Amino acid sequence: MDINSVPQDDSSTYAHNKKAIYAKSEDGSVKVVGSSGWDAEEIVTKQALNDLEEMAEEAYCEVKNGEKSPLYYHMYAIRMDLQILSDATSFFQWTIKRDFQPATFAKIKEKRLSVYAEVMGKTTKELKLLPEENYECN
Amino acid sequence: MSVTNFQHTHSAHCESGVMSTMLRHYGLNLSEPMVFGLASALSFAYLPFVKMGGMPLIAYRSLPKSIIKNMQKNLGVKMKLETFSNKEKGENRLDELLDEGKIVGAQTSVYWLPYFPEEMRFHFNAHNLLIYDRDGDNYNISDPVFEESVVCDKTSLTTSRFTKGVMAPKGLLYYPTYVPTDLDLKPIIKKSIKKVAKSMLNTPVPIAGIKGMRYLAKTISKLHKKDKRYAKLFLGHIVRMQEEIGTGGAGFRYLYASFLQESSVMFDNDVTLQEASDMQMSIGDELREFALMIAKAIKSKKDIDYDALAEKFNAIADEEVKLYKKLLEFCSA
Repeated sequence: MDINSVPQDDSSTYAHNKKAIYAKSEDGSVKVVGSSGWDAEEIVTKQALNDLEEMAEEAYCEVKNGEKSPLYYHMYAIRMDLQILSDATSFFQWTIKRDFQPATFAKIKEKRLSVYAEVMGKTTKELKLLPEENYECN
Repeated sequence: MSVTNFQHTHSAHCESGVMSTMLRHYGLNLSEPMVFGLASALSFAYLPFVKMGGMPLIAYRSLPKSIIKNMQKNLGVKMKLETFSNKEKGENRLDELLDEGKIVGAQTSVYWLPYFPEEMRFHFNAHNLLIYDRDGDNYNISDPVFEESVVCDKTSLTTSRFTKGVMAPKGLLYYPTYVPTDLDLKPIIKKSIKKVAKSMLNTPVPIAGIKGMRYLAKTISKLHKKDKRYAKLFLGHIVRMQEEIGTGGAGFRYLYASFLQESSVMFDNDVTLQEASDMQMSIGDELREFALMIAKAIKSKKDIDYDALAEKFNAIADEEVKLYKKLLEFCSA
């Protein structure tokens, strides 16, 4: 890439940071140039974020309707999924799924809850609650 | 004792950035592209069975930690790598090393690092950074993909060092115990180029090297059979693996082009290497074009021309074949 064609698209995903790109300068030598963003990259990053956000929103409504425990929403809210949460806690996926059931979650042992809390960066109290969010649920 | 003469450098890739900055600090002046090239870090692999966030792993470079390992193997650098059974031990050891005046590399998860842009925080566990000083419970960090050095609090740093799951860092810290300062790079350059070219051209498994690229192209051409939402996410994922996950763009091809140019100069302006550098540069450009095609397809409401995307990627693979053959020419000359 030519040094002058390094995109400077001020992507929101960069949050005013710059990324180093190796590009060719006028004299033919390859150098590091800071890029403030690239639209194509921003599109795919946002696509991934939107996908996660949609899952969090769906989960939120399921919790609100009493179909799932708050744990289910918190997992998606911190951009995790069942696989990542299972890896992080070393709990089997099927046992985590059981904790997504409101009835089972209501009786969860404090010790198990604290494992979730630690890997999710929340307090056990936070995990039991559904925070106020601006999601529209049917 | 604290580190006084430390210098942060803005790099394209975390692991080569950390190793370049670290080695320079200890007297071996190698640019980031040189580290990347000498470690034979350029690669391609499409691993449909290894999932990241429900999507297959598509790697444009060698496995995490391989640059650290290859610096030892190829340059004779001696590194100490330490992992920890619990957080407290990991925290204490870091403080100890910093108090001794060392600068220390660490593996972390991007998600838990507060200085990362919110929209870039995903659960990716193999991010490398350098810790060079501390002020109480605040750590001064040289994160290679940031323009300036940053500060991170102890709790966040510990959480990110001890995240679990795929490629879990286990608190990994690393630092050199021996750094050679007088090296004849030429034979190492030749050897490392040969290794990249050979493994890209001749890997027998269908998921790596050029064969892996063909396999990904084939998968793209079959995406029309899948649900459109999944197809779009899959395509977006390819671009993210190429442009975003720890890279300064175009699947590390620009970085390698820079290495080839630097090498050409060392070999008395070797023409073959300079040509190879130009070719690699334009392959990087083609990959960016491929990324742009995908970004447009994702945004558009029209049907996606999967065959055109697959064809583009196959054309890039063709160019890569030419490049690696040229590099072998250089190696056998």
